[in-house]
Amino acid sequence: MLHAVLPFVLCLVLFIIGLYAISVKKNLIKVIVGVIIIHNSVNLFLVLIGYRVPATGSAIAPIITPQMGRDAMDVRELLSHSVDPVPQALVLTSIVIGLAVVALMVVMALRLHQKYGTFDLTEISKLKG
Amino acid sequence: MAFLLPLSVIIPLGAAFLIPLAQLIRSKKGCPAGEVIALAATAALVVISLCGLATRRTVTTWIGGYEAKSELLGLTGTTLPHTSEGEADPARPRGVVIEQAVPGSAAAEAGLQEGDIITGWKLPSDKRFGPVWSMNELRRQNAALEPGSIMILQVERNGSTLEEAIKAGKSVAGIAMVGDGLTRLLLVIIGVVSFTAVLFSLSYMRTYTKLSLYYSPLMLMIAGMNGIVVSGDLFNIYVFLEVAAVSSYALVGFGVESEELEASFKYLVLSAVASAFILLGIGIVYSLRGTLNLAQIAEFTQFAKPNDAMWLALAFFVAGFGLKAAMVPFHAWLPDAHPSAPAPVSAMLSGLLIKASGVYVLARLVFNVMGVSTAVAYVLMTMGMLSMLVGVLLAVGQWDLKRLLAYHSISQMGYVVLALGVGVEVLAKQPASALGVPPVAALAIFAGLFHLLNHAMFKSLLFLCSGSVVHQTGTRNLKELGGLSQRMPLTCFFTRVASLSIAGVPPFNGFFSKLLIVIAVVWAGHWFLGGLTVLVSFLTLLSFIKVQRYVIQGELPAKFSRIKESPAPMLVAMGILAVMCIALGILLPLYGSGLLKPAADSLTQLAGYATSVFGG
Repeated sequence: MLHAVLPFVLCLVLFIIGLYAISVKKNLIKVIVGVIIIHNSVNLFLVLIGYRVPATGSAIAPIITPQMGRDAMDVRELLSHSVDPVPQALVLTSIVIGLAVVALMVVMALRLHQKYGTFDLTEISKLKG
Repeated sequence: MAFLLPLSVIIPLGAAFLIPLAQLIRSKKGCPAGEVIALAATAALVVISLCGLATRRTVTTWIGGYEAKSELLGLTGTTLPHTSEGEADPARPRGVVIEQAVPGSAAAEAGLQEGDIITGWKLPSDKRFGPVWSMNELRRQNAALEPGSIMILQVERNGSTLEEAIKAGKSVAGIAMVGDGLTRLLLVIIGVVSFTAVLFSLSYMRTYTKLSLYYSPLMLMIAGMNGIVVSGDLFNIYVFLEVAAVSSYALVGFGVESEELEASFKYLVLSAVASAFILLGIGIVYSLRGTLNLAQIAEFTQFAKPNDAMWLALAFFVAGFGLKAAMVPFHAWLPDAHPSAPAPVSAMLSGLLIKASGVYVLARLVFNVMGVSTAVAYVLMTMGMLSMLVGVLLAVGQWDLKRLLAYHSISQMGYVVLALGVGVEVLAKQPASALGVPPVAALAIFAGLFHLLNHAMFKSLLFLCSGSVVHQTGTRNLKELGGLSQRMPLTCFFTRVASLSIAGVPPFNGFFSKLLIVIAVVWAGHWFLGGLTVLVSFLTLLSFIKVQRYVIQGELPAKFSRIKESPAPMLVAMGILAVMCIALGILLPLYGSGLLKPAADSLTQLAGYATSVFGG
């Protein structure tokens, strides 16, 4: 039981570390790292949802090969042993989106550094919030 | 009509890619080709959204083909715990325990009962039973069959082993785009406001450089919002949400001055956290239901009670979409982000984005997909009440014109969420019966959506007016302004119209929607909330009297004695919205039954959403 739950606990721990970095750290770069950690924990969670342990044999990748279509037993074998492909597709999309967001954040941080000459959030505070 | 839904996403998306290309061809100065493309695209969106109103029924477009799959309808169950272990324990029974077999469904017809353990399955032609490891897997095995074919389940009941034949129902593969009443209402709002915003940008954005970099994200944001509204699929909503959000981050920081960059960064971080919450919620829902299609999840909601994990997913959704909608515990980013953007973008953010990516999705999930409950109702009502009150109290003390308007966005969206929350509460306490939907719930939801429509119009108008003032005077500090009615009579007239609308003065549209909200709230028995709603309305009026006093009336400062009225495109854009502000209130009997009633109906039908999607 324990080793099935542990990866989910890791997700939670990573998520909380990310939230901690975002809310407590005063350095722009550390905040960005916090966002990256949060993204990764969510992606890990999605992958874990799709993973499963078959009772016999080990889990296989959900790949349909051209030979497979001729034999219905192969398809059933695939269905009962493969991991769920949908979360993997979601994770791919989510990684790409995360990349775009993080790239934009880094650009913003660089421009802020040009304006203020620092990454320290306590000195970047013209707005009242 | 079905092709209109993908078109409403493809047109702005195409425009977003065409504009940088057009810029390459044309001259370096300005962006005339880009402006024409943007204007044409948004005008096309208005036409498309109005054409969509011609039909009343729910339109579903399947992207990637409408492929009927078989589906185990009416069956929910949990996996016996041994399957989470790496090693199977031969002493323990393995399979899925049935939690519920809905009366009248294929599962009940097959004779399956609560507490049965499904231990194996086979086709009628097979000799041996195959193993069943989890409910999701059983669904997937079943999904590989032809619709209508028979699947034989091996069932353990009271110690004896039985065989039950279950007929596979019909389900779908492919990504759904769903156009129901609510979608059509949001499409009209997005079309009209984005058209006026682009029209306003033609003159206003001339003071900025790199205009192709402005119109392209603007179109992308419209595509994202239209995408959120038309998707019938949880993950697609997430993707379009991010498309709209990423382009809005870029637009908030478009001025690349220090304040704009700071606001944009703050918005980026909080919004990224919100997206993470939403994605976590989506993951949990997928792991429980095995599907991302909203209508299919709604089908489960009709018969399955939410378990703890579903509540957790709902909590993540409320936090995530609450952050996107800037409801009060999560509002910190909005007063910085919205004023920092160029005025037309502020109008789009306040008028559209917080509705499409926040309130709309929240309403859709709570009413149609996850199911109503009193707990959600109280959360929504509390958030709405706090936003209403805190937003207006913070607004009254502001001296920055756009910041004041941004705080009012929080406050006014609080009205909408409060009204929807009252609707949820009434529907959760007395579900729709043969007599129909409880009239209080119908009124509350109608009023909430009416206020959403009105807020889009008058808040966009106010931001455009503030843009017009800033464009001519160069300042948005109330203390430095004054007496503009002498030099900019039209802008001042439009500001008056919008101020009276948002403050709820008859006969402008804000009055009618606020009146309906107060009636609905009091009718539902919440006297205190009704009183609070009226009080907030007075405070709003107070705050806009301040705007009138310091911008329109009073002494014209000497340095503004030579300013002129804004150019024609800006005036036309503001004029359209001002006409809307007056017409939407007075002409409610004319368009209410065609635009707002279907939108409210699509929320009050609750999980009947599934039937309307698959049946239509």
